Amino acid sequence: MINWANFVSQCFNGLVLGALLALISSGLTIIYGTLGVLNLAHGAIFMLGGYAGWVAYSYTGSFIVAVIAGSLFVMLVGILIERIVIRSFYQRPPEDQLLVTFGIGIVIVEVVRFVFGSLSKTVPPPPGLGGIVNLGFMFYPTYRIALLGIVAVALLALYIVLYRTRIGMIVRAGIEDSVMVDALGIDVYKVFMLVFGIGAMAAGFAGIVNAPVVSIAPDVGEAILVQTFVVVVIGGVGSFPGAVLGGLIAGEIISITSMFNPGYAYVMLFIAMTLVLVLRPYGLLGTASRE
Amino acid sequence: MPKQRPFLVEILTAVALIAAPFVLPYLGFTPTTINRILVWGLFGLGFDILFGFTGLLSFGQSAFFGTGGMVAAYLLTMAGFPHVITAVFIGAVVSGVVGYLIGLIALRRTGIYFAMITVAIAEVFYFVEFNPLSAYTGGENGLPGVPTPTLYLGFTTLKFNTDWSMYTFLAFWYFVGMVIALRIVRSPVGKILSAIRDNPLRAAAVGHNIHSYKLTAFIVAAIYAGFAGGLLGLMQGFMPPDAFMFDTSGQLVMQTAIGGAGTLFGPLIGATVWLYLSDFFQTTLHLGATWKLVLGVVFVLLVVFLRRGIVGELISLWRHYKGRREQEAAESDPNAVLTEAIAAAENGGSVVEFVPSPRRPKPANDGEIILDARGLTKRYGGIVANDNIDFLVKRGELRGIIGPNGAGKSTFFKMLTCEVPPTEGRIEFEGRDITGLGVTEVCQLGLTKSYQVNQLFTRLTVRENVTIAALAEKRGRFRLDMFRNVGSVEGLTQRVDDTLKLVHLTERADHPVSELAYGEKRRLEIGLALATAPSLLLLDEPLAGMSPRERIETVRLLKSIARGRTMIVIDHDMDAIFELAETITVLREGSVLVEGTPEEIKANAAVQEAYLGGVHAP
Repeated sequence: MINWANFVSQCFNGLVLGALLALISSGLTIIYGTLGVLNLAHGAIFMLGGYAGWVAYSYTGSFIVAVIAGSLFVMLVGILIERIVIRSFYQRPPEDQLLVTFGIGIVIVEVVRFVFGSLSKTVPPPPGLGGIVNLGFMFYPTYRIALLGIVAVALLALYIVLYRTRIGMIVRAGIEDSVMVDALGIDVYKVFMLVFGIGAMAAGFAGIVNAPVVSIAPDVGEAILVQTFVVVVIGGVGSFPGAVLGGLIAGEIISITSMFNPGYAYVMLFIAMTLVLVLRPYGLLGTASRE
Repeated sequence: MPKQRPFLVEILTAVALIAAPFVLPYLGFTPTTINRILVWGLFGLGFDILFGFTGLLSFGQSAFFGTGGMVAAYLLTMAGFPHVITAVFIGAVVSGVVGYLIGLIALRRTGIYFAMITVAIAEVFYFVEFNPLSAYTGGENGLPGVPTPTLYLGFTTLKFNTDWSMYTFLAFWYFVGMVIALRIVRSPVGKILSAIRDNPLRAAAVGHNIHSYKLTAFIVAAIYAGFAGGLLGLMQGFMPPDAFMFDTSGQLVMQTAIGGAGTLFGPLIGATVWLYLSDFFQTTLHLGATWKLVLGVVFVLLVVFLRRGIVGELISLWRHYKGRREQEAAESDPNAVLTEAIAAAENGGSVVEFVPSPRRPKPANDGEIILDARGLTKRYGGIVANDNIDFLVKRGELRGIIGPNGAGKSTFFKMLTCEVPPTEGRIEFEGRDITGLGVTEVCQLGLTKSYQVNQLFTRLTVRENVTIAALAEKRGRFRLDMFRNVGSVEGLTQRVDDTLKLVHLTERADHPVSELAYGEKRRLEIGLALATAPSLLLLDEPLAGMSPRERIETVRLLKSIARGRTMIVIDHDMDAIFELAETITVLREGSVLVEGTPEEIKANAAVQEAYLGGVHAP
């Protein structure tokens, strides 16, 4: 059962999953880093992105429109959540923030279930990217290869926004010390809103582009949320490079373990997390000051 | 809790449990719903100790609920174990052991990290139960055929095989669980857990081993969860695998938040609301799956607007009402009271000596020198905060430390109390090398400080604050006296009363800290340090932020405290330091500039230059 081609293909699956996790976790980690709020609705937002894309696809039949419309919709939802609810929670204890984002997550999941039902939906891959491709030593779904590229581009875009633009500089400064950013005369609340929107969009985008691989259902976000947590713990809270590194590690662990026995995928993930906690308590690329 | 009626809560609980089956059916509760409420309420008791009292929000309690339930169900169905309730107990114990192991990992971190780790761990349990262990747990089918409990009384056998007989069985265990939980929260351990919730840093600084206490709370919650899981199997005659699901943890968290965390009854009330509404929406309104949406919205609204939960808001209303009545009854000017009290203390007030409890290690050297620091250096990267400081304090001395901003005073204090380790150098306290020890150990040896910025237990009363500090000294770093009343700790009440008197807060003893004026909070800050009966007390800017009048009074207060004690005081108020201290050490740019009596310091040209920046007399 375990042969060379199988192993390579699982490694590749791990890379794709890892890249997706990296993108979703980057969203979670920049939101936490800047706002100080751990968004437990992040998994639900990932799921919402998938549905938004599906709706857009159903009306237009265009994958690209689906991705753009879905991302923007989710970003808007993120901004609304920040404006209406999260904003009044910055001064409240972290436990209350966890409770309220947890509640928001449930509401999102249940609204989707109410509107679309519990049955799963599928979005076909864009034309030209369906089917499988012969890599010489194995066959591999074309879209998955494309997906790796898409997510890599998205991560690069996020990197450029964070590290090469003025707003990105403000966001990174906010991760280190949002009070100081406020004191410098920058409207930190506007930044918070934007970061929540971008973070949500990262998850939502991942939800849409993943839809041709894994069909979407109202509860797909839950498992993703848990994996995202592990990624952030491994990579270090508030660290974008940490999220990318942690995502790839988690993706490979899940895929390679699943080749032997899927039941142990989480056990291995958990062992990796424990090792990191014991050896580097703040995560591979995290620092103590960011908590 | 009213002191004069110690068993009031227990009696009311018993009455309510007895009355429930006669009242609730008229409100539309089915017996099954009531029984489920009890199981969730019991599950929630342990969770409330963890979340409401200790402040640790775990989203992974399903792991323990499922473990306890599965172990009990496995014993009773597949292993042929005959004693039903014993099996439930074994499940709870296994769950507690698992809780210990998980706690070792999860409690390495706090806050959101803790929440994330518990979620991840619970998910591992879910997958392990479903797949690798499915031969023992029934996988996705669960374990059917769990027998109902029976009780052999000698002349007859009680069978708990109907809904209402099961109710009496569950109600009995809920009551036992409640009595135990009440004892825990009223014990010294319970008080310390609340202190950890409010301010872990200070709880550690007054000498409590907070990690062990947190682990204790985690294990207690796991045992409650495991026991409740076992009861779930008995009640349904079937152990469902979804006990392990994230939804279970989430539902518990939501029920507790709705009912009110930190109240013990909150989870029960929350479960009542939750299960009643879910029944109502599904069977009466036929909403189908939409009921979860409605409950989700209700939950978000509750968290936004009713922050204390139902029980919490009721208690707060009651306190508000009671507080207003008390305020009307007696209102006196706190400042006048303070001035009087200090005057009385100065005019022949006796020295209140705090004798350290015998558990404290004897000084290795009780000679004249109490503190001997040599060559203390602290570097942060390239910045040298303290450079090669030698510092000697004699027993009974009142030493002042002054220095311009950035002289390294606070860093120096942090090294002395072992909050930060020195880069180089050695600290000897009472002849014992304390370099590299933690702040908790050092406090247990008799060295502590009051902070520059108040570090109080903000949600507790003044008396409770002082009690927590005194408990550390009376009981040591860690002790598991979970079933003992906090009032029965020997010498505790005396110490607390003495401390309150010393810092003139006796009148305010039963007020929550949040109601105190700033000056009062400052005195309580000193009181917390005092209550640990330190043989060396460090005060970091005790006068910071005070009005001129408060300064004068605090200086008098410090003088009265200094009698019979050794103290080191840092402050920017030169007049105060000159008035208080016998010897003054001046720090500048991380080094000792000069040391001497107030007169010598005042006359010293180098000190004048340090403060006035090189302005020389012509």
